[in-house]
This record gives sequence, structure tokens and C-alpha cells, in this order.
Amino acid sequence: MLEFLKQPWPWYVGGALIGLSVPILLLLGNKTFGISSSLRHICAACIPAKIPFFTYDWKKEAWNLFFVAGVVGGAMLAANFLRDPEPLVLAESTKTYLAGKGITDTSALLPAEIFSWENVVSLRGFIFFVVGGFCVGFGTRYAGGCTSGHAIMGLSNLQWPSLIATMSFMVGGIVMTWLILPYLLTL
Amino acid sequence: MKDANTPLPLVDNDIEQRALDSVCVNGSQLQHPWWYNLKYTAWGLVFGVVFVKTEIISWFRIQEMFRFESFHMYGVIGTAVVVGAISVMLIKRFKARTMHGETIVIHPKEFNKGQIYGGLIFGLGWAITGACPGPLFAQMGAGFGAISITFLFAVVGTWVYGLLRERLPH
Repeated sequence: MLEFLKQPWPWYVGGALIGLSVPILLLLGNKTFGISSSLRHICAACIPAKIPFFTYDWKKEAWNLFFVAGVVGGAMLAANFLRDPEPLVLAESTKTYLAGKGITDTSALLPAEIFSWENVVSLRGFIFFVVGGFCVGFGTRYAGGCTSGHAIMGLSNLQWPSLIATMSFMVGGIVMTWLILPYLLTL
Repeated sequence: MKDANTPLPLVDNDIEQRALDSVCVNGSQLQHPWWYNLKYTAWGLVFGVVFVKTEIISWFRIQEMFRFESFHMYGVIGTAVVVGAISVMLIKRFKARTMHGETIVIHPKEFNKGQIYGGLIFGLGWAITGACPGPLFAQMGAGFGAISITFLFAVVGTWVYGLLRERLPH
């Protein structure tokens, strides 16, 4: 059983479980699925600075913080007890492209050549940690949601603004991946 | 969304305020002791395991997705939407109630241009970091400590948005 769980899980298992979050959160207590809001609640809890957008009773949304705490814990459990010893099985074309950019270590889920502490204080670190993180936080709030709130919850409820948001996420990602990242990876 | 010159009303403890630009709000009117929230932690634990085991938190998988070289992520998101949509349909059809007997309410999402501008900015960040907000939490949990820096700047980004929001086109 444990050996079975240790293998990478197929997309339809992951997709189904993620999709089930929509009804489960609704049935558990009328909560609409969304994760990026937790970043807003953290701002409201820690540094509201009298900004109207952050002056609300964040404690009413505390469920969201309890949920993300669970995500951290679950990831910890999976990484420690369900670790798959094999390297990632990547598409050959992606592998070749990345190798051409000096990214060859596929032993972990994230490339050690980029996301390690040694890189934090460097130009590469500034781009991948600081600029990247900033865009994720700023962009999701500006868009009013992320992949969970718009692409999954919003589309599940057939909301067309969420479809526009999801398409914008994809366009932004494609522009970065094809036009900008090839350059950034050489820095 | 709002005219840039109109000051936003300060509505404390109000669902409208919490719902501003935010798609996920707590629609429940019930008051429960804090530990009731642990049920969300329980589902979060399942979620964290799924994130790691389906490799959704992998920067490599996001690269594959945006390079159109693997079906994996499209399969994950597509299945999630189908399962979610069927569930929402059933909930509406049978007027399902929560486990505490409340009527289930799903707030509709209103369009504003932020969904385009913000969506594009998030897309750029998604391809750089290989993570949306959920996977950021999971990457930290899975032992990628340096991602705490990415996370910190995601919080900063959210904060700066809050600071500037009245001056941004919506």
C-alpha cells in the first residue's frame, strides 16, 4: 500500500481530489475554494497599516489560514513519508531545452540550480524569488484570485470573469516561458 | 471596479469589504469556536499530499505546461474543473446544505479589468516561480526552505496591491 502511494500519482487522481475541494469546503461550512486570499488575510493580520483593503475582520476568514497550514503540513508528510526515490519523469523536449540552459538536476521537484539558498542573494535570486514572488502576490490579488479561486472554483461555477482571468494567467505564463525566461535562465 | 476618485467606504467587519476583489469569502453566518476550523486543516493536509504526489508543485511541470510539452497539468486542472462543476451543479440542483444546516451560497464573480491586468502579471510570476499561491505553501512544507523568500515577496506583492488599489485601473 505504502509503496503504491509512493509512486507519483496520475493526473486524474490529483485533479479529482482537487476538484472535490469545491464541494467539500462548501459542505464543511459554506466556504468558497480559494488560496491566494490567505495572503491578503496575512497582510490584514500582520501589517494592515490602515489601508482600507486590509481593514476588515480577518478572523472571520481564519478558516483559510487553517486550510493553508494544513497544506504545509500535508506537503511535509508527503515529502518525508511518501517520497518517490526516482527522479522526475519529464518530457524529453523540456529536458533538452532546460539542459541547454544549464538546468540538469531533475532529482527534486524544483531545480537546485535556481531555488537554493545560495542563489537568494544574486541577480538570479532577485528575479526568481523577489520578482517572481511579487508578481504572484500582486497579480493574484489584482485579478481577485489564483488558479484555485478562478480556474477551479470560478470555472466550476461557470463564471465568465473567471474564464477571462484564467486565460490571462495562461497568456502571462506563455509570454514569460517563451519570450522572457529563455533570457532570464542565462543570467 | 470603483471610480478612482471616489474614496472607498470603510466598512469594517463587512462581507462586502472582505469580498472586494477577492473571490473567496466566508459566507457563513455561524459563530463557532476556533477549533472548528481544524476541519479545514484536515482537508488542507490531504491537499498538501496531493500537491506533492501529483507533482503540481514542481517548477518543471509548470515549464512543461507552458511549453505545451506535457498533458499532465492540463489533465489535473481539467479534471478538477469537471469534478468541481458537477459538484456545484448537484449542490444547486438538490439545494444541499452545509453540515451545520446552512443553505449553501456561492457568490458570483463580477468582472473588472483587474482580472486581465492582474491575471497577466500573475501569469508572468507563475512561469518564473513555477508556483501559484497554494503550491508556494506546499513547496515550503516539502522542505524547499528558500521558497520562504518567494512567499515573503508574494505577501509584499499583495500588500502593495492593497496600497495602490485605488489608483490602479479596474
